[in-house]
Amino acid sequence: MTHLDSSIHQLKESLIEMHRLVRMQVSKCRDAYARFDTDLAREVISNEKHINALELKIDRDCENMLALFNPVAVDLRFILAALKINTNLERTSDNAEGIARYVLDLGKPFSEEIQKDYEVEEMFRVAIGMVDDATEAFIHEDTALARKVFQKDDLLDAINRKATQTTLRYIAENRPDSLHYLNTMSIIRKLERVGDQTKNVGEEIIFYIEAKVLKHGSPNQ
Amino acid sequence: MIESMVSANSGNAILNSDKQHMDYKIKTKKVDVFYGDNHVIKGVSMDILPNSVTAFIGPSGCGKSTFLRLLNRMNDYIEGFRKDGEILIDDQDIYDRRVRVEELRKKVGMVFQKPNPFPKTIYENVVYGMRIQGINKKEVLDEVVERSLISAALWDEVKDDLKKSALALSGGQQQRLCIARALATEPSVLLMDEPASALDPISTAKIEELIYKLKEQYTIIIVTHNMQQAGRVSDNTGFFYMGDLVEYGPTKDIFTNPQNQRTQNYITGRFG
Repeated sequence: MTHLDSSIHQLKESLIEMHRLVRMQVSKCRDAYARFDTDLAREVISNEKHINALELKIDRDCENMLALFNPVAVDLRFILAALKINTNLERTSDNAEGIARYVLDLGKPFSEEIQKDYEVEEMFRVAIGMVDDATEAFIHEDTALARKVFQKDDLLDAINRKATQTTLRYIAENRPDSLHYLNTMSIIRKLERVGDQTKNVGEEIIFYIEAKVLKHGSPNQ
Repeated sequence: MIESMVSANSGNAILNSDKQHMDYKIKTKKVDVFYGDNHVIKGVSMDILPNSVTAFIGPSGCGKSTFLRLLNRMNDYIEGFRKDGEILIDDQDIYDRRVRVEELRKKVGMVFQKPNPFPKTIYENVVYGMRIQGINKKEVLDEVVERSLISAALWDEVKDDLKKSALALSGGQQQRLCIARALATEPSVLLMDEPASALDPISTAKIEELIYKLKEQYTIIIVTHNMQQAGRVSDNTGFFYMGDLVEYGPTKDIFTNPQNQRTQNYITGRFG
């Protein structure tokens, strides 16, 4: 194994660790929301600093590898993809932290009716499934699995669009529990962003393995 | 260029050009080279655009320097040398019997790995080719020296010392002097065989900058073992391996998404 191979292997291990931590953040904020577990919500907020530190370490590793090894071809694509995957995972964790803050902000359990109307549970299920698929796709360099992430993102987009209609209906009904549904809609928005970020991760996995650019509907796809 | 390359009594056939493919400066068609029984270049076809820099890369012994030297017939006198296939420059077969090799070499200049100035003054090094052609008029030679040294980015450093021995120059300056000497005969193609491999990083940077500027006027082909140099200076790259041209295309494609696994293995340092 060359020095570059060894560095790339370590970088991949760091990114797998990042995937694992971010997945745990999203999973914990779901539980904090569903069970109104404020301790868990605070844990998610506290964990964010570990994620930030790991993000900085991965950025620094990538910078060093670019400076020291002048990588080309698949090595270059991997490092470029690693930088973007790292950024997207950190932002996913930011969104998990944001959800945890909405839980604390409400200060009481979210109305079950609202949870059901906004399909929050389904939104979490799909978003966590996407993170899992992206992680597996990254570990096993499985571009078919990475592409599955894109289909699941469509589900999140559909639920997100319905959320706007639900909110409009609630406003028209002049419901008294406005903070419940406004915070819930904000959570839906954050989960929709998680979907977008995970989709970006999938695109980067395909970029480094197949050298295809999928983002923005690029003609290169 | 070809009219001057062909001997005066050549027939018109050699002047006929294939208009359809005039876009390419150099075309090689199924070129094979043998040294005795040793098959060193295997069916290489390659088109090279004018005013571009093309890099040949590959491990030692892959045939890249042999292929480069084919382009100004420097292999002709190697024992057992035999070539099949066509090599066209400006649509003219440079191996046509009517082509005069010395005229070809005026038009296809060569710069070698190690700076090889003659033990003469800077001035005499530059005008050496002109004097061989019988040109001795001072005004003409003065103009050639200034033009060539300016083109080789050496004029400002030596203009007050033209009578100084070329051997007193630094390695990087000597190499630029050799480039000036190659430019003096007004070639349209410049071949460079690892022109910076014996130089320090600053001299290397100057040569690379020079290559970038020279391509406005010349078609340049460079053999290099330095992957980063190929990436920095060339528009197109050809990867040779065991006499085969394995992959040839835009440098940015070769270095980001090579299509052949052998190319990828070589440029990423995982060869063999």
